[in-house]
Amino acid sequence: MTDQEIKNKIKTEEYFVNMGPQHPAAHGVLRLLLTIDGEIIKNVEPDLGYIHRSIEKMSERDSYQQIVHLTDRMDYLSSNINNEAVCLTVEKALEIEVSDRVKVIRTIISELTRIASHCLWWGVMGMDLGALTTYFYAFRDREMINDIFEETCGARLTMNYNAPGGLMYDIHPNFVKRTKDFIKHFKTKIPEYDRLLTGNIIFQKRTKGVGVLTKEDAISYGATGPVGRGSGFSCDVRKHHIYSAYDRVDFKEALLTEGDTFARYQVRIMELWESISIIEQLIDNIPEGSVKEPTKAVIKLPKGEFYQRVETARGELGVYINSTGTKNPYRVKFRSPGFSNLSVLNHIAKGSKIADLVATMASFDFVIPDIDR
Amino acid sequence: MNFLIMNIPLNITSTIHDWIYSIMPETAASITIMVLIAVAYLALFAVAGLYLVLLERKVAAWFQLRLGPNRVGPWGLFQTIADALKLVSKELTSNDRVDKFLYNLAPYFVIVSALIAISVFPFSKQFQAFDINIGLFFLIAVSSIGVIGILVGGWASNNKFALIGAMRSGLQTISYELSVGLSILTMVLLTGTLQLSEIVEVQRTGGWLILQGHIPAIIAFCIFMIAGTAETNRAPFDLVEAESELGAGFHTEYSGMKFAYFFLAEFINMFIIASIAVVLFFGGWLSPFGITDGITWFPEVLWFLIKVLVIIFLMMWFRWTFPRLRVDQLLTLEWKYLLPLNLANLMIMAVIIWMNWTI
Repeated sequence: MTDQEIKNKIKTEEYFVNMGPQHPAAHGVLRLLLTIDGEIIKNVEPDLGYIHRSIEKMSERDSYQQIVHLTDRMDYLSSNINNEAVCLTVEKALEIEVSDRVKVIRTIISELTRIASHCLWWGVMGMDLGALTTYFYAFRDREMINDIFEETCGARLTMNYNAPGGLMYDIHPNFVKRTKDFIKHFKTKIPEYDRLLTGNIIFQKRTKGVGVLTKEDAISYGATGPVGRGSGFSCDVRKHHIYSAYDRVDFKEALLTEGDTFARYQVRIMELWESISIIEQLIDNIPEGSVKEPTKAVIKLPKGEFYQRVETARGELGVYINSTGTKNPYRVKFRSPGFSNLSVLNHIAKGSKIADLVATMASFDFVIPDIDR
Repeated sequence: MNFLIMNIPLNITSTIHDWIYSIMPETAASITIMVLIAVAYLALFAVAGLYLVLLERKVAAWFQLRLGPNRVGPWGLFQTIADALKLVSKELTSNDRVDKFLYNLAPYFVIVSALIAISVFPFSKQFQAFDINIGLFFLIAVSSIGVIGILVGGWASNNKFALIGAMRSGLQTISYELSVGLSILTMVLLTGTLQLSEIVEVQRTGGWLILQGHIPAIIAFCIFMIAGTAETNRAPFDLVEAESELGAGFHTEYSGMKFAYFFLAEFINMFIIASIAVVLFFGGWLSPFGITDGITWFPEVLWFLIKVLVIIFLMMWFRWTFPRLRVDQLLTLEWKYLLPLNLANLMIMAVIIWMNWTI
C-alpha cells in the first residue's frame, strides 16, 4: 500500500477539547475551545466571560476617585500602572500639572510593579514548560517588592496608591533604602534566572521558532507590549508617548525581530534590566515637593473626550473617558493589552502542537481579568 | 558477638522456615512461605514508596527554597502516611461513561508489574527472594507490562486529556524501552551473565562495571539514566502527566486509592530503575573499594540502599531542574540520537570484549 492508501484506510477524526475554564495553563478562567487532530491544533477559539465584572459599566456610576480603585482589579499584576493611567487621564482633563516628586515616585513605583509582574511571569513561564522550580525563585524576589509596597502603599497586590492629582500619601522613610537593597539583590538574581532557564537546551528547543508572529501581523492585530516588541514592532508607550518622568531617564526599548516565543521571553528579561536602570537613575534624587495637588472633593471633568495611554507590563493600556460635565463619566473604555494580544493566538497556534500552544500562551503572559473586564 | 549480629535476621527467617516445615506437609509449607515472603515484600515496598514520596517532597523543597512537609511528626516523617490514610479512606469517584471493567483493572496492571519486578532484586547476598538466571531479562519484561495499565486506564477513562496522555505514554515507553534494553545489553556483554547476583559477584574482583567497561560503560550509564527517567514517566519526560497541558494526564479520572496505585507505582518504578543502575554499574551491595569487606557484621544491604538513594536523588534533581520536552522532540531524541549511539556503543563494547581490553 502507498502512504496515501494507508491514510485513506486509517481515518483520523478531529475532536473538540475544552481547555479551561479550569485549566492549569490558562492562569485564570480562560476557556479555549480547541479543535485537535491528534496532537495538532486545527483551531483555537477563546471563550470569554467567566470573570466579567462590568468594570466599564460600573465606572459610569462612580466618581473619578472611585474609578481608580476599580482599575486595580483589571490587570492585578500591574495595578499601580492601571491606577496611574486613570489618574493621568483625569489630570489631563482638569489640566493639573503634578509636582516633579509625584512624577518620579510614580515612575519608580510603576517600574517596580513591572519587575514584580515580569518576575511572576518568569516563574509561570517555567512552570508551564514543566520546570517547577522557577516559580519559587521568582516569588522569592517578587516578595521583596511586595514588602516595599506593603510598607509604602499599605497593600501588596491592589495598591490604590495613585489618586487624581498625585498620590494618596508620601513614600515611607524606608522606601529609598529598601528599593536600593532590592536592586542590589535583584541584579545578582537575573543571571541566576538565565542559568536556570534561559540557557537550558530543552527550554530553547521548546521556545525557539514556536508561535512565530510577524511584524505585520503584530501591527494588524494590535499586539503591544513584549509581544509586539518581540516581533520587531516598536510600540513602547514610554518612548513614543512620554508620560510621568520617563523623559528624564535614559533607557533602551527592548526590541527583537524573531517574533517567536523565545524572543518574547528575551524581551521581558531585557525589560527587567531596563527597569532596574530606570529605578537606579531616579531613586537617588527624588525631588522635594507636594505629593498631592489640591483637587475638589467632587471632581467634575469638563465636557469632552479624554484619552491617555500608558505602558503596563503587558502592553499598551488606553483609558478613554467621555464626560458630559457631571461628577460621573458618561462612558469609560479601557483598551486592555491582553485582549488584543489574545486575538493573535488563533492565528499563530494553528498547526502547532498542544505543548506549543501552552508555551505560546505562557509567553503572552495573559492576565484574564485584564482581558475580560 | 559480631557473627551473631550479622546472623540475627537470617536466624529468625530460618527459624520460621523450619517451624513452618515442621507443622505442615511440604507443599503447603512452601506455599505458606511464598505468601509470607510476598506479604513482607509488599509491606516493605508500600513503606518504601511512601518514604520515597516524602523524600521527593523534601528534595523538591530544598531545591525550591522551601521547608517541605514539617508538621506531621518530627521532620514531617508521618506526612505521607497521613496522605496515604486520606487516599485509602476517600470515595472512589468515576464518571458514568467509563468502561467499568478496564477502568478498574488498569491501576492493578501498573502496581502489580512494579511489585513483581522487585522480587528479583539482590539487596544483599542473603536478601534476595528470587534469584533466577535470567534476572535482568525478567526485570525488563515485567516492568514493561506497566504501560498496558497506563494505556488501558487512559482509554477506559473516556476523557480526552487522559486519552492524549495515554497515547503519549505508549509512544514514550515503547520507544525508550529499546534504549534501556540496549544499554543493559552493552553491560551484559561485559558480565557474561543475566543473573543479578552473579553480575554483582563479577564486580567483587574486577571493580565496578562502570570502571571496567571504559568509556562505553559510561555512555551506557548516561543513556540508561535518560531512558530510565523516560520509562518512569518523570520530568523532563513527564509528557504523560504534563499538568500544564493535560491536567493530570492518564490518571485524570482516577481518585482515592486507585490514584494512589498509579502514584506509588511511579516511585517504585524509580526504585527499580535505580536498582538496575546500581547492580549493573556500581557494584550492587559491594562496598566501594572494599572498605567494609573485613567487617563481617556490616549489613551489605546498606550499601545497596545508599547507592540506590544517590541515583534516586539524581533523578529527582532532573525533575526539579529541567523543563519538559515536546512529544516530537522526545521521539527525535530517542530514534535519531540515543538509538544509533547505543548501537554504536554496543559494537564498541563488543570489540573491547573481543580484544580483551577490559581492566
